[in-house]
Amino acid sequence: MSRLWRASPLTYLALVCAAVLSIFPIWWMFVVASRTSDAMGQLPPPITPGNNLGANIARLFDNTDAYFLIGLINSVVVATTVTVSVVFFSSLAGFAFAKLRFRGRNALLLVIIATMMVPTQLGVIPLYLLMTKLQWNDRLPAVIVPVLVTGFGVFMMRQYAGQAISDELIEAARMDGCGTARIWWHVVLPALRPAAAVLGLLTFMTTWNDFLWPYAVLNDPANPTVQLSLRALSDGYYQDMSQVFTGTAIATLPLLLVFVLFGRQIIGGIMEGAVKA
Amino acid sequence: MTVQLDARPPAAPAAGHQRLSSGRLSRLDTRLSPYLYIAPFFLLFAVFGVYPLAYTFWVSLHDWDLLGTDHPFVGAENYTRLLADVDFWHALVNTLGIFVISTVPQLLAALWLANLLNRGLRGRTGWRMAVLVPNVTSTAAVAIVFGVLFGREFGMVNWLLDLVGMDAIEWKSNRVASWVAISAMVDWRWTGYNALILLAAMQAIPRDLYEAAAIDGANRARQFWSVTVPLLKPTIIFCTIIATIGGLQLFTEPRMFHSGTNPIRGGPLRESQTLTMYMFENAFAPHYNFGYGSAVAWLLFALIALVAAVNVLVLRRLGGGAGPRKGATR
Repeated sequence: MSRLWRASPLTYLALVCAAVLSIFPIWWMFVVASRTSDAMGQLPPPITPGNNLGANIARLFDNTDAYFLIGLINSVVVATTVTVSVVFFSSLAGFAFAKLRFRGRNALLLVIIATMMVPTQLGVIPLYLLMTKLQWNDRLPAVIVPVLVTGFGVFMMRQYAGQAISDELIEAARMDGCGTARIWWHVVLPALRPAAAVLGLLTFMTTWNDFLWPYAVLNDPANPTVQLSLRALSDGYYQDMSQVFTGTAIATLPLLLVFVLFGRQIIGGIMEGAVKA
Repeated sequence: MTVQLDARPPAAPAAGHQRLSSGRLSRLDTRLSPYLYIAPFFLLFAVFGVYPLAYTFWVSLHDWDLLGTDHPFVGAENYTRLLADVDFWHALVNTLGIFVISTVPQLLAALWLANLLNRGLRGRTGWRMAVLVPNVTSTAAVAIVFGVLFGREFGMVNWLLDLVGMDAIEWKSNRVASWVAISAMVDWRWTGYNALILLAAMQAIPRDLYEAAAIDGANRARQFWSVTVPLLKPTIIFCTIIATIGGLQLFTEPRMFHSGTNPIRGGPLRESQTLTMYMFENAFAPHYNFGYGSAVAWLLFALIALVAAVNVLVLRRLGGGAGPRKGATR
C-alpha cells in the first residue's frame, strides 16, 4: 500500500469526532433514561448512567396512555412475520428472475424495479379505504399484509442469486431429476443464505422502525406499535421526560442489538448493494 | 460439488415407462413454476400497490369526505383549489427548504467521511459501524431526542451556542431555524449510510490512477477532485436520487420534532410542516377530506419525479466537464 493511503493522526482525530457525533445522542438517550427527570435540565449534561432505570421502566409500563407493553409485543409480531415472509417470497422470486427462463422476464423485472420508486405516501389514502372495507383497521394485518414481499427484496435476491449460483449446478440438479421446487429448496436456498440474512436484518429494522403507515391505520390507542406508543408518550401533556427517554431507549434497543450482532453483515450488504446498483 | 452429483448411481431402468409422463410433468414444471414463484409479489403489488396508485388519482377527482355517504365527482377542483392554497405552498417551501439544507451538506460530508474511511485504518469495521449506527436507530425515538437537544431553554445546542458566545435560537418557533434542526436530524441519520455507499465505489477505483496522478504532481486534494470525484459520478447520482426521494417524503422527523396541541401542523404557524404532513392533516384528523389529501399526494409524487429528473440532468452536466483523461479511463 502506497504512502498516500496511510491514515495520519489527523485522519483518526477527524474520525473520532465523527464517531462521537454519531454516538452521543444515542448514549445520552440511555443516560437520561437511567436518571430522574432532573437530568434533562442539567447543563453541562450528565454523561454517565444513573440508577433510576428500574423506576422509569416501571412508570413507563404503568402508563395507561402509552400501552407500551402491547406496543412492544405488536412490533415484535409484525417485524418477525414480515421478515420471515419477505425473505421467503423474495428468495423464490429472486431465484426465478435470476435462473429460470420464462416469457416476459425482463419486462416483469422492470416493473419490480419501478415499484421501488413509488413513495408510500401515494398509497396511504386508498390503502386506508381498502383496510376499512376489509375491516382490518386498527388490526395488525393492516400493517403486515401490504409488505409481505417487497420489490427491494426481490431485486436484491435476484442480484445475489445471479452471481452466487452457477447454471451448471442447477443443470446438474435437474439431471438428477429435481423439480424446480426441490432445486430451490436444496440448491438455491442454501446458496442464498448470506443474502437472506442481510435482507432479513434490513427488513426487520425497516419494519420495526416504520411509522407513517401504522400511524395512519392503527388509530386505536390501545393497540399500537412501539413507535406509536412513543408518539403517545411524547405528545402527552405531562413532561416526564425520563420516562419518555426510557421508552425511546427500549424502542431503539432491539435495533442496536441486531446491529451489534450483525453489523459486519449489514455493512457488507449496504456496500455490496451500492457497487451493483 | 458437481462431481459428487454426477457420481450418484443412475436411476433404476425399471422407471422407463414412467419417463414419458414425468417428462411432460417436468416440462410443465419448468414452464409454469417461474410464474408461480413471482406470483406472490405481483398479487400483493396489484392489490396494495397498483390499485392504490390508480385509486388515489380517482379519489382526488372527488369531493370525498370520509364521514359523508356520497362522494360527488368534482373533476380537477381539488387541484385548482390546492394551487390557490396558501398552506400548500407554505408546506411546499418548507419541504424544499429542508430538503436543500439537508441534502447538500449530507452528501458533501459523506464524501469527506468516505475519503477518510478509504485509508489504511486500524479497526476498520469499528469505524464503519460507528458512522452507520445513527442509521439503525428508531426514527421516532431519535426525533424525540433531537427535539429535546434543540429545546429553547435547556436544550444542549443552545447551551453550546452560549458557550461560544452566541444567542439562544428559537429552534421550534423560528421557521428557518426549525428547518436547520430537522436537517441536522436527517443528516445525522443518513451521512454515514451514504459514506459507506461512496466508500464501496471508491474502493473499486484502480490505485494506479492515483499513482499516475501523483507522478504528474497532483497532491491529495487535487487527486480527490480530479480522479475520485469524477469516477464516483454514477454513485453520487445514485445517492442524490435516494436522498431526494427520502428528503421530499420527510414525515416522521418533523412530526415528532413537534409535540403539543397540534403537532401535525409542524408548529403553531406551520413552521416546519412538510407536504406529507399536510397530506395527513387534510386526509386524516382533523379534516378527513380524502379527495383533497389525494390531490396533495399526487402533486407530491409529481414533485419527486420532477426533482429527481432535474438532479440527473444537473449532475450529468456537471460530470460532463471532466477532463479527457478521466473520460478515457471509464
